[in-house]
Amino acid sequence: MVKLKRFGQKLYLALVILFLYAPIFVLVGLSFNSSKSRSKWGGFTTKWYRSMFSNDTILAALRDTLIIALLSALFATLLGTVAAIGINRMKKLPRAMMLGVTNIPMLNAEIVTGISLMLLFLALKLELGFWTVLLSHTSFNVPYVILSVLPKLKQTNRSTYEAALDLGAKPLRAFFAVVLPDIFPGVLSGFLLAFTLSLDDFIITHFTRGNSVSTLSTLIYSETRKGIKPEMYALSTLLFVSVLVLLIFINRAGAKQEKKRLQQNAA
Amino acid sequence: MKKKNTILLSTPYGLWMLGFTIIPLLMVVGYGLTSRSDGSFTLDNIRLIASPENRRALWLSVRLSLLSTLFCLLIAYPLAMVLRNMKFKSNSLLVMLFIMPMWINSLLRIVAWQNILERKGVLNTLLQFLHLPAVNIINSPAAIVLGMVYDFLPFMILPLYNTLVKIDENVINAAHDLGAGNFHTFTRIIFPLSIPGVISGITMVFVPSLTTFVISDILGGSKVLLIGNVIEQQFQKLANWHSGSGLSLVLMLFVLLSMALVAKYDKGEGSANVW
Amino acid sequence: MKFKNARCFTALSISFFLALSGCGDGGEGDDSDLLHGGDDGDAFSLTATGSYKAGENGDVYVYNWGEYIDERVIDIFEKDTGIRVHYNYFEENEDMYPIVATGAAKYDVVCPSDYMIQKMIDEELLLPLNYDNIPNISNIDPEYLKSAENFDPGNLYSVPYCWGTVGILYNKTMVDEPIDSWGVLFDEKYSQEILMINSVRDAFMIALEYLGYSQNTTNEAELDEALELLQKQYPLVQAYVVDQVRDKMIGEEAALGVIYSGEAIYTQRENENLVYVVPKEGSNVWIDSWVIPKTAQNKENAEAWINFLCRADVALANFNYITYSTPNKAARELIEDEDIRNSEIAFPGSEILERCETFRYLGEEAEAMYLNKWNQRGGN
Repeated sequence: MVKLKRFGQKLYLALVILFLYAPIFVLVGLSFNSSKSRSKWGGFTTKWYRSMFSNDTILAALRDTLIIALLSALFATLLGTVAAIGINRMKKLPRAMMLGVTNIPMLNAEIVTGISLMLLFLALKLELGFWTVLLSHTSFNVPYVILSVLPKLKQTNRSTYEAALDLGAKPLRAFFAVVLPDIFPGVLSGFLLAFTLSLDDFIITHFTRGNSVSTLSTLIYSETRKGIKPEMYALSTLLFVSVLVLLIFINRAGAKQEKKRLQQNAA
Repeated sequence: MKKKNTILLSTPYGLWMLGFTIIPLLMVVGYGLTSRSDGSFTLDNIRLIASPENRRALWLSVRLSLLSTLFCLLIAYPLAMVLRNMKFKSNSLLVMLFIMPMWINSLLRIVAWQNILERKGVLNTLLQFLHLPAVNIINSPAAIVLGMVYDFLPFMILPLYNTLVKIDENVINAAHDLGAGNFHTFTRIIFPLSIPGVISGITMVFVPSLTTFVISDILGGSKVLLIGNVIEQQFQKLANWHSGSGLSLVLMLFVLLSMALVAKYDKGEGSANVW
Repeated sequence: MKFKNARCFTALSISFFLALSGCGDGGEGDDSDLLHGGDDGDAFSLTATGSYKAGENGDVYVYNWGEYIDERVIDIFEKDTGIRVHYNYFEENEDMYPIVATGAAKYDVVCPSDYMIQKMIDEELLLPLNYDNIPNISNIDPEYLKSAENFDPGNLYSVPYCWGTVGILYNKTMVDEPIDSWGVLFDEKYSQEILMINSVRDAFMIALEYLGYSQNTTNEAELDEALELLQKQYPLVQAYVVDQVRDKMIGEEAALGVIYSGEAIYTQRENENLVYVVPKEGSNVWIDSWVIPKTAQNKENAEAWINFLCRADVALANFNYITYSTPNKAARELIEDEDIRNSEIAFPGSEILERCETFRYLGEEAEAMYLNKWNQRGGN
């Protein structure tokens, strides 16, 4: 009976995972399709992988996408974590106000955010380009970081931080020694989420990118008129496989560490 | 004194939000409440929502978004319970498992769904091979709901899992010791404790579903008009930022409503508990 | 323990990103054959005659449709002129417009469609061209310069780049009658087999032409009649699409679809059952042309760019890559494949063109009226 229940649970998990990953399997399939059309199988090929690596436009877009995602996620994590600590200490009313403002970019229609940011940058006479995209991405990412960090902050025990201060630690040191380790999982998931959202954004990037920078998203959207280039499927496949390998590696490492810890505990 | 200092930590963020969220938002309000021709104050842009097609689009968007939110909840809740029972070692690994699909461009993934669902698509080829009847939901509202559920499911799973995993095992054991069956333990203990996660999951799925337009174009065959499409048309096709902003303000009303809902159930606890 | 794990994870992911982003700097993509997958028409040799270094003679900022140029052309332009090209792309005229109109990005040369060019001329967003810098204009067939006068009287602001017609693509194994009229799109026999175009003006063009009215009408009674027709059509339509019609027709998802002529050639290469026809009632002919926005900072370089694209061999390379018809008669004469040179799809005869018209920009009010009526076509 218990076994059956276990099996049922695993089956359910597998089904949901299948649902989430099914379209990615289709993209992997398409990356080996020698026909440029997505609705015709023209035979197996790896030529899209070769042509992807010789396509400067795609590689430059990949580079800019990753740099923007990484930097905006880092800035957002920094700004958001610090802000969350402040908000956590606030009284009810100012806190509610700050959180209300935090919710706006998350809940606003993207096209409105995009156009309003473009208008702002134009009014400020900033030249649209890499930096305006980075600013925009950072600002829609910060709220997600705050909302990931806050719950962890609430779970941390204030008295340990204060004890550290009583023992003579400087506030900054007490923060790094006591608070940060406690909230780190929240900081990390905030970072990951910010990175992910930045990777995928099209509309806000479109309106704030000016004439000098392009990301994979804007590239893919511009291709829809003539058909998405199969190189994009190849790139997605490579990205997917790299992350998968990374995950498996970490999982292995994690299991090993766990084992070591248990052995140490036993001894 | 110390407390004041820590509160000051949120100043940079406050300034940031003032500059990059509130001021742009005020610009949208400004456009929404003024006339395109002479810049005078008007409610005409807001009144656009009252036309029969736009009302229908709004109503349909609300219905489809509610449906997709409901499906997300029905799928994600049991899943979060399963994940809770499995007791994963690494939290971030689990987060990655559900975030990773989002690393592949969403347009590509939605196009892939089109490949799966089309009349002669992957799914029907498979079903035919197994001598099963074909599924024909492409270009219908059902396909739009499927697309929304697919796109936003992770936003439901993660906050739910996060609240469920925090429920103390001892509380549940105590309930069992006191003679509560599985059903009662769930309805009286587990579910009430998970409400913050449920609420934030609902907001995180409902609002983006309400504003989407790419999914209805690709999977719905543009057979139906959603409010997201209407706003996009005003901005893109007509380059009319006044009417587009006016309609966005109406949509924001829904956003405010859902935020109020969050605040009500949050009972001063603070944030929408994302994860 | 958990945290150590997490930290190791971050470190790893960061190094992973850095490794990946490093890729962007390498790979000088000279292998143009690979670039094009080797199946984009005949391999035409195109070589640079100059040996400038890009940037020696300044820059040019180009804003074009996505996938609307043979990328080799950019390299050769840089070598021949020493002007560095900053190339960017848009998806729709309507995406391009706010960017250029607000000066959000300062482009030197842009490639919009006919009605959009007219709108931009009306709003004084464009600079007149100096034809002394564009001698290759003589390669452009005067016939197309004449059609372009519909939206740009006197050809003051624009030089045609690509053009085409709108028509019906049908699968000959799925219909059993000759197709020559827009009427099939309103025929119940083809219920759920129709892919209608999801573009306001194009859709009304079809209904209006079928009813015998002008596709540029602003007469509300005529539009209401067209709307009635579109409402009757609604239940018969499988999907309203623009770009997706290509793959759906190749995959035989439907029997009939509305498509731009340039796509028809490509779809036929992928599925030989597909046939393209311009209906007898008449249709739309569109032209995408190069223009120079007011905000341009390198006007002469922009004119050098336009002149370069009018060179016969360059226009031919672009035609082979994009498969949209070229207005460049010198390029057409260079096409070796007789079937393509005489293709009715790529180069329709004058009897077809005579029944086609270009769109005119009708003004904000009329455009809003069209959109408003389009949204009333059906659904719930």
